[in-house]
Amino acid sequence: MANLSNKVAVVTGASRGIGRAIALHLAELGAKVVVNYSGNQAKAQEVVSEIEANGGAAIAVQANVADPDDVAKLMKQAIETYGSLDILVNNAGITRDNLLMRMKEEDWDAVMNINLKGVFLCTKAVARQMMKQRAGRIINIASIVGVAGNAGQANYVAAKAGVIGLTKTAAKELAARNIYVNAVAPGFIDTEMTEELPEEIKAQMLSQIPLAKLGKPEDVAKVVAFLASDDASYMTGQTLHVDGGMVM
Amino acid sequence: MATVLERVTKVVVDRLGVDESEVKLEASFRDDLGADSLDVVELVMEFEEEFDMQIDDEDAEKIATVGDAVSFIESKIG
Repeated sequence: MANLSNKVAVVTGASRGIGRAIALHLAELGAKVVVNYSGNQAKAQEVVSEIEANGGAAIAVQANVADPDDVAKLMKQAIETYGSLDILVNNAGITRDNLLMRMKEEDWDAVMNINLKGVFLCTKAVARQMMKQRAGRIINIASIVGVAGNAGQANYVAAKAGVIGLTKTAAKELAARNIYVNAVAPGFIDTEMTEELPEEIKAQMLSQIPLAKLGKPEDVAKVVAFLASDDASYMTGQTLHVDGGMVM
Repeated sequence: MATVLERVTKVVVDRLGVDESEVKLEASFRDDLGADSLDVVELVMEFEEEFDMQIDDEDAEKIATVGDAVSFIESKIG
């Protein structure tokens, strides 16, 4: 397994779901983890406690990734606490699903702000530190729907497709400074976010998965850890699908 | 106490690996000193640290030559 000893990782939106699994797994591999959360301090603290109980190091830091001042504080606190910033996992995301014809502008904006602008702001904020270090790994959590499209998720899909494009551009711009930028596109993962989907959509999605089962947050976390490690030493700008074969 | 030009020159020499004699006021970072766009961003970051100041993106975009950097920094700390 990958070794992330002495690495410092910031995981956004890490209080639950896929972000939580990523935070726990990176810590398991030796990384010191900054568990970012937006509103749920109790849940974030639980993640920190679980990491500490397993002998790891973590802190919880509140920040809205769509707010540049919050983002600056988040990264500053990470660097001040642990002395470097080696891994950024842009995971924070929300959904405001509706059919295109019924989607409110505010729902479009809210999803764009967190899911796309948040990735831009966090990437920009860590790039400075990583350029100085001449090393860094940025892993963006996109979504398979950003590749394939999905009815009822115009805002989410557009944001996630944007994340994939942003990943490629950041990879090209930052490669010269030994900063790797990759994306992971999860498919249908069993989390609170996908629990909210209507039953018929779930059934339809499941029927399209060759491996015929939902993914677990840990399935995504393992691929993130790979991309954060030296095992992925010749990969940048890529989007890895973790979707049971749903989109090929 | 080193002058602003001397301190700027040191940063440029360290970062771009050019000879001190090449770092003239009229020298363009990109055209004369071989910096790429990312090098220029890094130079600005290092000027910020060297002179303990914040250089806004708008101001940073106007810094193309050694002289631009020196006069901007002098205007801020002067």
